[in-house]
Amino acid sequence: MSDSVIASFDVNGRSREVLVKSYHTLLEILREDLGLTGTKHGCELGECGACTVLVDGLPQLSCLLLPHQVEGKEITTIEGLAGSGDELHPLQEAFVETGAVQCGYCTPSMLLTAKALLEENPSPGRQEIAEALSGNLCRCTGYEAITRAVELAATRMEA
Amino acid sequence: MRVVGKPLAKVDARAKVTGSTLYADDLIFPGTLFCKLLRSPHPYARIKHMDLNAAKAVEGVVAVITGNDLPVKYGILPISQDEHALESEKVRYVGDPVAAVAAVDEETAALAAEKIRVEYEVLDPVTSIEEALSEPVDEPIHDYGGPSNIHKMAALSFGNLEAGFAEADHIREDVFFYGGNTHLPMEEHSAIATYVDGKLTLWSSTQTPHYVHRAVSKVMGLPMSAIRVVATPHGGGFGGKTDPFSHEMAVCKLAMVTGKPVKCTLTREEVFYAHRGRHPVLMWVRTGMKRNGRITAMHFKTALDGGAYGSYGVATLFYTGALQTTTYDIPAYRFEGARVFTNKAPCGPKRGHGTPQPRFALELHLDKMAEDLGLDPVEVRRRNYVKPNTTTVNWLRITSCGLEEITDRVLQASSYVNRQRAVGHGMGFAVSSYLCGAGLPIYWNSLPHSECLIKLDRGGVTVYCGATDIGQGSDTVIATVVAEELGLWPSDIRLVTGDTGFAPVDLGSYSSRVTFMAGNAALDAARKLRNLIAEVAAESMGCSPGEIEVGDGKFGTLSFEEAAQLAQERFGAISTTGSYRPPDLAGPYKGSGVGPSPAYSYSAAVVDIDVDPETGIIKVNKVWLAHDIGRSINPVSVRGQVEGGVYMGLGEALMEEQAYRKALPKQPSMLDYKSLTSIDMPEVETILVETNDPEGPYGAKEVGQGPLLPVVPAVVSAVHDALGVWIDQVPVTPDKIMKALDAKTKGQAPRFGPKSFPDIAYPQYVKVDTPHVATQAI
Repeated sequence: MSDSVIASFDVNGRSREVLVKSYHTLLEILREDLGLTGTKHGCELGECGACTVLVDGLPQLSCLLLPHQVEGKEITTIEGLAGSGDELHPLQEAFVETGAVQCGYCTPSMLLTAKALLEENPSPGRQEIAEALSGNLCRCTGYEAITRAVELAATRMEA
Repeated sequence: MRVVGKPLAKVDARAKVTGSTLYADDLIFPGTLFCKLLRSPHPYARIKHMDLNAAKAVEGVVAVITGNDLPVKYGILPISQDEHALESEKVRYVGDPVAAVAAVDEETAALAAEKIRVEYEVLDPVTSIEEALSEPVDEPIHDYGGPSNIHKMAALSFGNLEAGFAEADHIREDVFFYGGNTHLPMEEHSAIATYVDGKLTLWSSTQTPHYVHRAVSKVMGLPMSAIRVVATPHGGGFGGKTDPFSHEMAVCKLAMVTGKPVKCTLTREEVFYAHRGRHPVLMWVRTGMKRNGRITAMHFKTALDGGAYGSYGVATLFYTGALQTTTYDIPAYRFEGARVFTNKAPCGPKRGHGTPQPRFALELHLDKMAEDLGLDPVEVRRRNYVKPNTTTVNWLRITSCGLEEITDRVLQASSYVNRQRAVGHGMGFAVSSYLCGAGLPIYWNSLPHSECLIKLDRGGVTVYCGATDIGQGSDTVIATVVAEELGLWPSDIRLVTGDTGFAPVDLGSYSSRVTFMAGNAALDAARKLRNLIAEVAAESMGCSPGEIEVGDGKFGTLSFEEAAQLAQERFGAISTTGSYRPPDLAGPYKGSGVGPSPAYSYSAAVVDIDVDPETGIIKVNKVWLAHDIGRSINPVSVRGQVEGGVYMGLGEALMEEQAYRKALPKQPSMLDYKSLTSIDMPEVETILVETNDPEGPYGAKEVGQGPLLPVVPAVVSAVHDALGVWIDQVPVTPDKIMKALDAKTKGQAPRFGPKSFPDIAYPQYVKVDTPHVATQAI
């Protein structure tokens, strides 16, 4: 067990301690050790953005993070985006309404990246949205409906 | 219509935004073993010897299998059964699988796979269409087809070509090349299998569970009744997950060998090897035209680089010649094509299957003919547009056709006619057409193409249909159709789809067939159920069934639940079935199976670009896309398909290319394989035209593939508009533009593209009698 370490961080508001291989990525720990399969993988090389989670509120690629890099941090995954109960986050509502979800595989990463954007800039323009999402690839939507969804959510959250 | 045509949320969207949708790689069962494939590092080699001992000795390895364990060949088409799940004699491309390991975890499986010793005798790879056409240095890649490395040839001639050319005032020839590209789905292929009590179950990210079911049955030697294939929620297909794959066969076999669940998820690099992407196609076209722009004859030749295996390639080959006639009324037409084998990852179907390449060539060729004759390129097209309810020269039946209206609408919206003229700014226009489902199945049979079963029990409606939602929204279409008929909301309907164990047959999500075919099957079953419930409700209310108004959760004055309860009391267990089989549309000639469809969609695009004459860099400002959808079942989903199609078309036009250097893949990673990001994507204005197709469900037609097609030629046409150079080869990268500008400066032909088309010994063409009656005066 010499190459195992205890990873300890908060996930979606709950503190977790997991015995993991020191070289396993946050992506693997979330999906395989914690059963949080809402975080997706498209390359595991930091190229596609599908595995984006929030680390202390900022979008990070979980496939490139090792346990020691997230020690004591607050991680938000897609499972933690909505509040408790049946309520969706305004971004999730907007994604559903505008057809921003097709195959849905990039959707968790898009939502979390957009959440971080709106926290920093509550009323972004189209170009700012495009720049914020430019590290997250989507092959279905052409990004159009996703951009509309972020605009809609921003308007509603401002109101 | 209460729900059809309304912008309702997709039935699976909520699960997808909360991360609760379970894709194939999210599935795991207690005791699951993990599988890794060992793949060939050589483009072409004989396998001399394999030593598995070191791999088997790794702690945690449970089984290692090779081609000897999976000797039965398969392939998606009955005429191209040329693949082994694991090759034992010869490898034909970099990435060809040769062995599979099952171990307690993925890391152990990967480590063990690396320890398998394979002794190869390296052969001289075939790397291009030209090489494949000439005498091979080593033996041909396959032991069928030929001569040389030709896989398959086609030659068909309709009407009197010579007379057509003799009638022409102007004849022009052009050569084009369309580079190959890949689907790049966000989700890497994944499959997991269990073998319990002699029954095999495979969950896979496939678009075609029915065809995988058949192939697994053949390779495993099990009856289809002992196998269940479940298409899991899908992280992107675009045609890339329509073949049966090695990893699917490997997990099935390993589950049978070990008695444990076995899972295999490809790495991103492996997804590039699995490929089955867009065929690179070299094209030659010769057209005769009257001075007024009317086409008198067309001769179209293609040469396809098929890569290492057959896949869908024979169908692709015929598709490169089939749909030229569904937009333009061509009185005499000859098509000759050849698909060759090369030592590259196998090509197959990608969104538009075999038709974006000839569409690119055809549209630009017409632009050039218009320029030669001093005619407006839009007017040249209009002069040749097919008309509704006609038959083309190659026996394709046209029913609803909105070509004129989509042209009017897209030109008006984009102000194309009054566009600003300036060096470096350009606009391009193109049209296209696509199938609403292939008229014939992939293997000969006379079963319905889609079947649907609806169960009514305790007030709840469950729909069972083999159709497979790959993100395009087919579950939503089926739920909407059933909800419309039963007066419910789509979200009230429970769906069991893409599951060969529980749902009746549907051929799969390919050829844009699901809305049309599964939609009609669902409509058939739902109307039968509606009639049963209405009969009982009418009795209870003392009126005739025809008087029962259905909607808003009610049958007349009864709630849906009350009416359903009465129906169950009266009939006992209730289920209804529906099915759809397209009319027999194939023409009376060999090769007529590719092209017929119960309906065709139509798309028209205008693309506005700026292109820098100093760098050749293109900036796309806006795309207008008008689409003849027949009728929108869900306008939000339809718009999404249009935007996605435009996006993928722009990628193919500008940057996407699956490139090789001496048969070695140049860029098997998402960073190196360029695709548009959110920053590169221009605004898209979608214009939907409803022509109300007589045979589509509520008049609906396809939208999944058609809108990609006109985008590629419209981009190239815009480049010509901006700089006066023709780029006859996609992707239109800046270097090609600079080379064309350089040629223009030197007084050479202002173009970049292939210089000639090889002399291919096509077989003597089959001369086909034509039903064609010209719909426009010559």
